[in-house]
Amino acid sequence: MVYVTRTEHFNAAHKLYNPGWTREKNEEVFGRCANENWHGHNFELDVTIKGTPDPDTGFVYDVKKLSIIIHEHVIEKLDHKNLNLDVDFMKGKMCSIENLVIAIWNQLVPHLPAGVILHSLRLRETPKIFTEYFGD
Amino acid sequence: MAEKVAVYRKENFNAAHRLHNPAWDEATNDRVFGKCNNPNYHGHNYELIVKLIGEPNPETGYVFDLKLLSDLVKENIIDRFDHKNLNEDTAEFKNLNPTAENIVIVIYRVLRNKIDPKFELKLRLYETERNFVEYPAG
Repeated sequence: MVYVTRTEHFNAAHKLYNPGWTREKNEEVFGRCANENWHGHNFELDVTIKGTPDPDTGFVYDVKKLSIIIHEHVIEKLDHKNLNLDVDFMKGKMCSIENLVIAIWNQLVPHLPAGVILHSLRLRETPKIFTEYFGD
Repeated sequence: MAEKVAVYRKENFNAAHRLHNPAWDEATNDRVFGKCNNPNYHGHNYELIVKLIGEPNPETGYVFDLKLLSDLVKENIIDRFDHKNLNEDTAEFKNLNPTAENIVIVIYRVLRNKIDPKFELKLRLYETERNFVEYPAG
C-alpha cells in the first residue's frame, strides 16, 4: 500500500460567527475571527489517496488526473470566494477549518473514480494551524 | 569605520480584500481583476519582511533591537490590518485599490515615519508564497 498526496491551494475570505448568538458572544468566543467584514487566508489542501501501484504505469493513480478532479469539484468552488457566502456546500455551517475539511471530503469522494481510495485530507489555514480528516 | 549590516523581522497578518476600480464598469473590472474582483471578497495570509540597514551600535552590538522592531510593526501595521477587510475596515484603502503594490507602499509610509532616517528601510510583502512585492524597488 502506497500513500500519494497532491497539494492544492485556494485563497478565500471567511468569518467565524454564529448567527444564533449576540455580537458580544461571538466576539468573546471567536475574537478577531468574528470581524463582521471578514478576513482571509491562503489555504493549502493536501489530498492523500492510497493503493497499490499499477504494474503498467507504476501509479497508484495519475496525480495529474487527481488534480483535475480536485480543481473541478473543490478548488473552483473555494478559490477567491467568500466561504460563508459563496460556497453551496458550506451553506448553514459554521465556517471553521474543522467543518470545511469534512465538507471537502464529502464533496470529493463521490467524484473519485472506482478504485481510488481517499485516505486523508489535511487543510492548512496558516503556517501554524491545520486540520486532518480521515473520513471517520 | 563601522560596517553596515541588514537586519530583518518577519510578521504576518491575515486579511480579506477585493481588487476593484469603482470608475470602471463591471465588465472591465471582471476582465482586468478576474477572480480577485469577487464582490464578497477573498483573502490571504500576508507575510511582511521588514529590512533595516545600519551600523551595529558599539555598545549593544545591535543595528536595531529586533524585539523593538517587532513591537513597532505590530502596533502600527499588524494591529491595523490583521483579521480585517482591507477595503472596508481600513482608512488607507477606502479610495485605494488594495493590491500588494499599494499595500507595501502604505506600510512603508507608516513605518518610515516611525524609524530613525539613519536606517535604510526596505520591505518585502508576500500575498501568497508565489506572489510578492518589494518597496522601495532596487
